[in-house]
Amino acid sequence: MSKLFTTTALLAALALPAQAVQPAEGETLADSQTYTYWLLDAIKSLDPAKNTDVEGSDVLRQLFEGLMNEDAAGAMIPGVAESHQESEDGLTHTFTLRDAKWSNGDPVTAQDFVFAWQRVVNPETASEYAWFLELMNIQNATQIIAGEMAPDQLGVRAVDDKTLEVKLTTRTPYFLKTLSHATTFPVPQKVVEQHGDAWTQPGNLVGNGAFMLESHNLGVDITMVKNPNYWDAENVVMETVRGVTVNDNNIGLTRYLAGELDRVQIPAGQYPRLSQEYPDQAISIPYSCSYAYVFNVSDKGPEALKDVRVRQALSLGLNRDIIVNQVLQGGQKPAYSWTHWAIEGFQAPDAEIATMTQEERNEKARALLTEAGYGPDNPLSLSLQYNTDENHKKLAIAAQQFWKPLGVNITLNNVEWKVHTDRMQNQDFDMARYAWCADYNEATTFLDWFRTDGYNSGKWSNAEYDKLMAESKTAEDTAPLYKRAEEILAEEVPAAFVYHYSKVDMINPAIKGLPTQNVTNAWYAKDLYRVAE
Amino acid sequence: MFAFILRRLAIAVPTLLLLIVLSFVLMHLAPGGPFTQERALPPQVLANLNAKYGLDDPLWRQIWNYVYGILVHFDFGPSFVYPDRTVNQLIADGFPVTLTYGTLSFLAAVLVGVTLGTLAAIRQNGWLDYLAVGISIGAQVLPNFVMAPLLVLALTLWLGWLPGGGWSFSDPSFWIMPVIALSTSYMASIARITRSSMLEVLGSNHIRTARAKGMPERRVILRHALRPAMLPVVSYLGPVFVSMITGSVVIDIYFSTGGIGKAFVDSALNRDYAVMMGVTILVGALTILFNLVVDILYAWIDPKIRY
Repeated sequence: MSKLFTTTALLAALALPAQAVQPAEGETLADSQTYTYWLLDAIKSLDPAKNTDVEGSDVLRQLFEGLMNEDAAGAMIPGVAESHQESEDGLTHTFTLRDAKWSNGDPVTAQDFVFAWQRVVNPETASEYAWFLELMNIQNATQIIAGEMAPDQLGVRAVDDKTLEVKLTTRTPYFLKTLSHATTFPVPQKVVEQHGDAWTQPGNLVGNGAFMLESHNLGVDITMVKNPNYWDAENVVMETVRGVTVNDNNIGLTRYLAGELDRVQIPAGQYPRLSQEYPDQAISIPYSCSYAYVFNVSDKGPEALKDVRVRQALSLGLNRDIIVNQVLQGGQKPAYSWTHWAIEGFQAPDAEIATMTQEERNEKARALLTEAGYGPDNPLSLSLQYNTDENHKKLAIAAQQFWKPLGVNITLNNVEWKVHTDRMQNQDFDMARYAWCADYNEATTFLDWFRTDGYNSGKWSNAEYDKLMAESKTAEDTAPLYKRAEEILAEEVPAAFVYHYSKVDMINPAIKGLPTQNVTNAWYAKDLYRVAE
Repeated sequence: MFAFILRRLAIAVPTLLLLIVLSFVLMHLAPGGPFTQERALPPQVLANLNAKYGLDDPLWRQIWNYVYGILVHFDFGPSFVYPDRTVNQLIADGFPVTLTYGTLSFLAAVLVGVTLGTLAAIRQNGWLDYLAVGISIGAQVLPNFVMAPLLVLALTLWLGWLPGGGWSFSDPSFWIMPVIALSTSYMASIARITRSSMLEVLGSNHIRTARAKGMPERRVILRHALRPAMLPVVSYLGPVFVSMITGSVVIDIYFSTGGIGKAFVDSALNRDYAVMMGVTILVGALTILFNLVVDILYAWIDPKIRY
């Protein structure tokens, strides 16, 4: 029995209600319970099966509710599921659903989940996140996506209205953690079938979340109001939630300061100043994304990068402290592991590189390069590709400067986003900047990337690594396996890990209940309230 | 004249078709596609997506289906990036916004620009001239992407007079900053063109004759000078009007208006083929239309021009 399961089972056994955050004593609620937050861009889709964005997920988490929610610290708590049982072999999960309702008053049933999940894998839906159900290892998901089986063969079944049974192909330690992801949310069959693609538009959309869609002006704003039919509506304080799109981050900050927004991202480089001026508003909290320069070790890549010593040298020469403290300046941390340091249950190995001074690293890098046959007589020339963005540019220029004294000449190659991605996926690069954000709060979301059959655009491959990752799926204690996997990455250096993200925001102190410890940054407006100023 | 208009409209059809085919081919030549993303899609999911949107057909068939859909159903297809919406809906949502602030900006730019330019020409080398030229040069060198954040800073944060962005058809306070930011540099160009054209006209024989006849100066300017002086201005205004009502990406980004200027640029970056085609056709059709309008205006302004 995994540790994760124990906690969830315990929660379920005690039948603890998933409690909304409540105002503390002595706090006076504001008359207007409104929360207005910043969106960088238009919300592309409000269909849980079609959403692919972080900002879209933030909205969906208010409009819908999955089997599980996340609490303020990122732990899984019951959502629509009231309790959960796992079979001995870990292949069958059975959920008992609570008496929840859709915003039109219909009951939320197990069939709604079955419909939603079948819809995600149905080739006709053409969901960009269909792979997420493969990641969850749900039986037959892969075959259905490939069109080899009918969608109703998916390993998910409504035993009765209140009982949902999920069959997996293999024991999956992180399975429960995937259940707060928007792709797994239920959708109302009747409404979807009645309106087709237009079912997510205001007036049509029916959800089971704590809030209902009131209006959505694409690229302008989206407004949600409290759903009186939500099962825990009596504990929801917030009345209105508004997402306002401001494409320019600096103007977003101006509008925050003018009182139009309650939360906004701090533009790069401004955190030190703002945290001085507004110590009670500027926050920097860990955010589960990692930034790296990926080395192309495929046949199409440069010969030099196939030499592990060259890769090690490049990683060593990268002065992460300067990048984090002088360039980014927002509480980010230097990365010596691929997995974000704050991921639950992850213990980073003691990487030698982390304890060295930069002088020692540079010295070692020079030695490694000389050993590999590069030096002043035979300088190493490589290109570093990044997509158009001020920050990527600053970092790439910094990297170029760090590597120059080691005798490595870097050509910077700035391309637009789609070209960057296309070239990476076709191994048409030497080194390329890359970032990965966790889909769930567990190390495999990062580590699977470097599997031979993972996304792994540099095409690095290591048999021991693959074996570790396969073992981790069924292991009782995964921490040592993940640690060993990171050790291999540190030795083999398929990419130079640069930094671990943090979320750097301004938050109006009148808004209470926003989680600051959840590394996935999932937030629920049902837990928010506004105090009088 | 009527035959001329008919002829021009007849040429417009093959022009638009050529535009469609060229844009379609160029767009598909660009690396990547609408579903190219950071986490590469499993091949089967990608194949499902391509099949759903007909991207697995040969290019000629895609073009044919696309043109057929437009001609027969007036259907510009689904958006690849906004799966909940069709291109028709996206344009129907965004174009009225752009049209509103674009038209207002156009009117503001023409009124202020022509007045400023005319005054400057009449009082050439006087303080009014220097002032007008100063203002228009100042407005020209202050691009809208610099002005927009300054406006928000001043009018929203410091003075608190106007909302910092967003859009409402019922509340003009949302329109003011976009109109100022969009019209200023056009206004400056119009003022400069008006001024130099006016100066040229004022030095011509028919004006000297009018003055010699003892005609009041006001009448000389308004009746005999302004009209011919407008010719270069009008030919400048045709394309300017189209670009103002369709393509204000800077305004859309800084003021979050939800207009189609940003949608157009995004569609190119996102490889949202259908949206990009839809807006291209819209801009193309409007350009053809307003070039025709300019030509008709020409004939009206200048009796020497006959078609």
